[in-house]
Amino acid sequence: MSATTVDTRALLDNTTDDPRRRAPLVLNHTEFGFVTDTVCGVVERTTPRSWYIAFAAALLMTGVMFAMITYLITTGIGVWGIQVPVGWGFAIVNFVFWVGIGHAGTLISAILFLLRQKWRTSINRFAEGMTIFAVVCAGIFPGIHVGRMWVAYWLFPVPNQMQMWPNFRSPLLWDVFAVGTYATVSLLFWYMGMIPDLATLRDRATTRLRWFVYGVLSLGWRSSNRHWHRFEMAYLLLAALATPLVLSVHSVVSFDFAVSIIPGWHTTIFPPYFVAGAIFSGFAMVVTLVIPTRHFFKLGEIITLRHLENMSKIMLATGMMVGLAYSTEFFIAWYSGNAYESFTFLNRAFGPYAWAYWIMVTCNVVVPQIFWSKRMRTNLVVMWIASILINVGMWFERFVIVVSSLSRDYLPTSWGYYRPTIIDVLTFAGSFGLFFTLFLLFVRFLPIIGMAEVKGVMPAALHGEPGHGDYHGDVVERVGRRGGAR
Amino acid sequence: MSRHQKQPDAGGSYGYLVAFDSVEQLLQAAARVRDAGYTRWDAHTPFVVHGLDAAMGIRPTILPYLVFTGGLTGTTCGILLQWFTNAHDYPFLISGKPIFSLPANIPVAFEMTILFAALTALVGMLALNLLPQLAHPLHGSRSFKRATDDRFFISIEARDPIFDPVATRELLESLGGSAVEEVPG
Repeated sequence: MSATTVDTRALLDNTTDDPRRRAPLVLNHTEFGFVTDTVCGVVERTTPRSWYIAFAAALLMTGVMFAMITYLITTGIGVWGIQVPVGWGFAIVNFVFWVGIGHAGTLISAILFLLRQKWRTSINRFAEGMTIFAVVCAGIFPGIHVGRMWVAYWLFPVPNQMQMWPNFRSPLLWDVFAVGTYATVSLLFWYMGMIPDLATLRDRATTRLRWFVYGVLSLGWRSSNRHWHRFEMAYLLLAALATPLVLSVHSVVSFDFAVSIIPGWHTTIFPPYFVAGAIFSGFAMVVTLVIPTRHFFKLGEIITLRHLENMSKIMLATGMMVGLAYSTEFFIAWYSGNAYESFTFLNRAFGPYAWAYWIMVTCNVVVPQIFWSKRMRTNLVVMWIASILINVGMWFERFVIVVSSLSRDYLPTSWGYYRPTIIDVLTFAGSFGLFFTLFLLFVRFLPIIGMAEVKGVMPAALHGEPGHGDYHGDVVERVGRRGGAR
Repeated sequence: MSRHQKQPDAGGSYGYLVAFDSVEQLLQAAARVRDAGYTRWDAHTPFVVHGLDAAMGIRPTILPYLVFTGGLTGTTCGILLQWFTNAHDYPFLISGKPIFSLPANIPVAFEMTILFAALTALVGMLALNLLPQLAHPLHGSRSFKRATDDRFFISIEARDPIFDPVATRELLESLGGSAVEEVPG
């Protein structure tokens, strides 16, 4: 890392926790042009060969998924492992998994914005993009799970020849509205935040095609402060709207389970438990993606070690919440005195799906405990492996919830054991292909870091205005303003 | 930019443009342009500069009221949609639940509220800003391209009632920025 304009203080390591000085958010550099050049450079340089290789692999996997879906539609739902009594298999597990992944994006972009966590600026664009791609993957599964996909439009209140309407008293329909709204609002938020950065790419364009495409996408943005004024208000309002939205989405997803009367599903803990799990898995996915991207495109001075350390702390916190939820479920199963409920939980831990249960506990509760150690929180390899394990664990959490409860409910005569088929597995693997295809396109063609936002938290964006000391938050403190205005 | 050197005439010119290197300079300059009484002028910054709204004398936007209205419209539509489809047009009984009751209709009404409010926030922001506007005289200026990178600009339009080719130029030149540039209209 070349330090061209090192400030007076040591800006090389920002993971030290000295409460007397604010940690810098951009290392080694203080000029705005550095951010522009670095982030635009990712898009402007010639496409690396490794990108083509990764893209080809991702595209191949996407092809596998669509081949599996074609096979499913032309043959029938019997190609999957679902059977009586387990009618919700991989499709629902994958749906909940992918929707959950998306939640970290909204948490970073909206909730951390409202909480004025300035460090979010360098990862929010990335995480928002991840949200949208995850929701795209999530949306596919309920669509192909309905059995007769060609009438999937019945999910929507569309006037039809039968003069029938969907049942609005069903959580499954609430889900359509929740996920639909979530996808739309996430896209709006992502795109709106990107307009000024697309304008930067337009103004730096060297080819006519780039100038035209980025010009149209940036809507003629001319950095006007009269525009910024309304832009900032719109951004704040979208953040305020997205915050209850993100909490509602996984709550509504959990209603799919909680509103039923299946033991192990019919619990009031589900909404907060699902939301905590969603944020947990989403952060893990952000870490899984950000570490290689940061390394590959040399973004280490903008997405600093401190950012990654903060994300590890959030993973630790949400992992503990998920662990608390697991133990609360067990306690309530015993405390309720309900024989079916008690049996379900003992069955989860010691029944035929015990292997899945213990994978879940190990990955989600035990693995994050390493983040108590600062050495682990700042070790990228450890963090990356842990994030993958957490994603595995969170997928198994949904598997345990969906499958173990259905496979053994009230009557032992109707018990069964669910086994996914190869089609199930390949469809799920293929959804990762779709996710990475979209992700690679994003990395190649769009600004992956919110340049305007990062510049806004750099020291040079600060100025002598009184009353701005606490607003600008987590940036290098200015000489002579230590403990500045409240 | 050969027209760059031409003497300004209020008819053919968009206005003047001047660039600054730092936020501090821009804020001081903006306050002076505001105090001089200009109304059709603007500052252009690569990111949101806090304190600039006050330095320019920009009044709060009406956007929050629009978004609130949009949200209320969403709630109303959400409830009416559920009432019309499930209680009025095709009433059917499910598990002995009431034909129409508010609790079961809250999730959809909530999501519709957020959806309408969010769409209003984006569309309202763009509409109030008169965007998209792909062609604008300022985009013709080569130096202005750095407004999305690392420089700060002030532009005063020739349409401003108190715009004067000489006095306005003098004011801008006294602000301590770059050489004043005339933007062709």
